[in-house]
Amino acid sequence: MKISIQTEDFDLGLEVLDIQQDNRIGAVASFVGQVRDVPMTLEHYPGMTENAINKIVEEARARWKILDFTVIHRFGELQPNDQIVLVAIASSHRADAFAACQFIMDYLKTEAPFWKKEHHPDGARWVNALESDDKAAERWRGLKQQRLLKP
Amino acid sequence: MKVKVLFFANLREQLGTGVELVDLPDSASTVAGLRMHLMRRGGAWSDVLADMKVVRVAVNQDMAAANAPLNQGDEVAFFPPVTGG
Repeated sequence: MKISIQTEDFDLGLEVLDIQQDNRIGAVASFVGQVRDVPMTLEHYPGMTENAINKIVEEARARWKILDFTVIHRFGELQPNDQIVLVAIASSHRADAFAACQFIMDYLKTEAPFWKKEHHPDGARWVNALESDDKAAERWRGLKQQRLLKP
Repeated sequence: MKVKVLFFANLREQLGTGVELVDLPDSASTVAGLRMHLMRRGGAWSDVLADMKVVRVAVNQDMAAANAPLNQGDEVAFFPPVTGG
């Protein structure tokens, strides 16, 4: 049960190992987001960031059976191919793990106070929020308690 | 009434400040009241805070609507739509 906002990199294998110890766990789903082709600076709102992610995880725990989880989000200076975010969910069955992992990522994109500033060769610019991200989070509102896949 | 006001990302850059203590008249003790109070400074303030479609507000680290009341010592943050993940 870990939420960490940090500048340091993370190791997916070690983080998964950390949440798969309980023998009721039959499934671990994880997502890693990474920087594409432009270096960037990630700013966040210390305090609110942790609160917002906590709330998203609590909402996921109310919808699906989650036995353990880890959410890591980095901030500061990041280069192409650097890892940005990790969401890993341990459950008894894959349906809960997959759905909770996607739910948390979709909400994190629209609720957690992070801002990306890309450093292009011709200057720096703040990334605009995407309407597609709002839609991805929006679609869960009509799916209360529903599962993406039947176990 | 004093409130702590924070600005993030492009708002922080355009306003040239990340945090300040604002003395707010009691008649302006809502999010919308604070915004109008700051916009009256003119210049970048009225430009940056004009379009509430691209400005989000949090009160005490929770997202808040324009009519949310403010109290002495509250922490109010203005920022653009988020782009993490």
